[in-house]
Amino acid sequence: MKQVSLNNVVKTYDKQTTVLHNINVTIEAGEFFVLVGPSGCGKSTMLRMIAGLEDITAGEMYIDEQVVNDLPPVKRELSMVFQNYALYPHLTVAQNISFGLHAKKMSKATIQQRVEDVAKTLQLTAYLTRKPRELSGGQRQRVALARAIVSDAKICLMDEPLSNLDAKLRTHMRAEIKQLQRKLGITMIYVTHDQIEAMTMGDRIMILHEGEIQQIGKPIDIYNYPANPFVATFIGSPPMNIAPATIRADGFFIDEQFILPNEMNERFTKHHTLVMGIRPEHITHIKTKNAHPLPITLRNIELLGTETIISFAVGTHTWHARMPGQWALDVGQHLTVYLPSDAFYYYDAQTGELLKKATIVGHFERLGDL
Amino acid sequence: MKQLTHMRSALLYLLPSLILFTVFIFYPMFRTLYLSFFLTDAKGNASVAVGLDNYIHLFTSSQFLNSMKATLLFVLYTVPLGIVIALFLALLANEKLKGIGFFRTIFSSTMGVSVAASSVIWLFLFHPSIGMFNHVLQLLHLPQVQWLVDPDWALLSVAITTIWMNTGFSFLIILGGLQNIDQTLYESAQIDGANYWYRLRRITIPMLSPTLFFISTISLINAFQTFGQIDILTKGGPTQATNLIVYSIYREAFVNYQFGTASAQAVILFVIVLFVTILQFKLGEKKVHYQ
Repeated sequence: MKQVSLNNVVKTYDKQTTVLHNINVTIEAGEFFVLVGPSGCGKSTMLRMIAGLEDITAGEMYIDEQVVNDLPPVKRELSMVFQNYALYPHLTVAQNISFGLHAKKMSKATIQQRVEDVAKTLQLTAYLTRKPRELSGGQRQRVALARAIVSDAKICLMDEPLSNLDAKLRTHMRAEIKQLQRKLGITMIYVTHDQIEAMTMGDRIMILHEGEIQQIGKPIDIYNYPANPFVATFIGSPPMNIAPATIRADGFFIDEQFILPNEMNERFTKHHTLVMGIRPEHITHIKTKNAHPLPITLRNIELLGTETIISFAVGTHTWHARMPGQWALDVGQHLTVYLPSDAFYYYDAQTGELLKKATIVGHFERLGDL
Repeated sequence: MKQLTHMRSALLYLLPSLILFTVFIFYPMFRTLYLSFFLTDAKGNASVAVGLDNYIHLFTSSQFLNSMKATLLFVLYTVPLGIVIALFLALLANEKLKGIGFFRTIFSSTMGVSVAASSVIWLFLFHPSIGMFNHVLQLLHLPQVQWLVDPDWALLSVAITTIWMNTGFSFLIILGGLQNIDQTLYESAQIDGANYWYRLRRITIPMLSPTLFFISTISLINAFQTFGQIDILTKGGPTQATNLIVYSIYREAFVNYQFGTASAQAVILFVIVLFVTILQFKLGEKKVHYQ
């Protein structure tokens, strides 16, 4: 198990375009660490820098105590799974798995043993003599995983490994990779743009946007307490409902249309404009104490079986509400929904700083409480 | 009925190429085959049917056998070496270095030089008294070589010229093949700790095999059909040392006006090239990895 630390790491292309700004993060040994962000945010670049495939423009990178800035990939003792799997099309599955072991000049017997063991772990034994093109997407994915773990490297890097699989297989492989990581106790650094993968797989996740760290933390903490509007709308599906709000003596105005009583007049006096947010699941159809009614016109209805997602306009923004159960609703129907005040998040409109967390979240239910 | 209409429109689309092929390929081919069984008059019209006599004559003629031998040697000299050199240059030019574009242009530049022009350039390089090669030999205190006049050197000299002329094309094709190889394969190998030679042997060459196969087939056929540089550099001499088969066909037909034997030689060349290409495909199939 190995720790990876980045200390003020910067990546600049052609001395002009900076794709990563001052990255400071420590990935603990044995941790499943997920790097998540929209395309072009620099997450793959960061992973490639850890792998040693890209130079580090400034700052230091450590693996355990050692500075690895100028260490070639092989000396970093890690393995990597590429998005397109990077399987050698002219080699059989067994040869693909053993490629790195041969390159390291291990003995034939050891190689054979290791390949067999790994093939067994990943249920590839029956396919060892096949070529990659004779395998299904899921099997290729498994070969790529086998190739990564056969080297016994203590750090494994994965660059969107599940993006080429269909939805069902993806769900399955998510669990499989997570189990594998736990079983082997390796430090996993996993890049994805899929927030569900990030939420379900990561021990901790880091959200990256335009080359800057937005937030690092446990998935559930990030979900409950997103540090800025970007994170709030990036994590969660449908995303958190967001609208700019103006403070006046008589309350909050959202897009000059909807008024909330100003409950925290004192605290926010220095911020004239805010971004306010509320998670779709906190908007209800039931009037509760401290809930503000909001008359809406339905724009769209998605019946998902277990829940119904409705969308409606708030000013110029489209908001979503997640209602448990199945609802018979029509587009264009008028409805009143309720926004509990303890579900509101407030962010500074300029800095994006989280000014007030929702207090409705963070109360975990335990089996004993039932 | 529907099939018939399909067939008709298919033929209509094929018609332009069918006409071109018939006029320039099929008709001359069959005419050549036909003429190879005849003695001809000076205008190239068939006059006396002689059956297989032309062929029998060729296989007993020391001149023709010598021509075959020279051709085979020439193929042997030019094809493997030409591909190895082009591969080497392509590997160099595929490295991500500053100003590599300049070298890519230089390496592929011989593609833009005509056979006649490059032959003339080499004629000067080979020149016994003012040529650069002999000048260099002199500086190194080595004996002078009569490049194009010495029967032991002439074929080699023409082979060198040919390799130089073909390098541009082979280089360009191989470079294209190299750039088509998925970079992540190399990155993955780098993480696995594979060194340059291991990557070259286990990734580059196998992934490049379809390209190498293509270029070797083309080079082989081209080498069998070499004509221009022979005509300018040596005219088949000295003492028939560079009288490659196509040059021999040309002389037989248009210098000696023996269209019958010339046609027979052409048919033999066709059979040889066909045979070699089939053989290559049979052998290549096992070694080439198409994606």
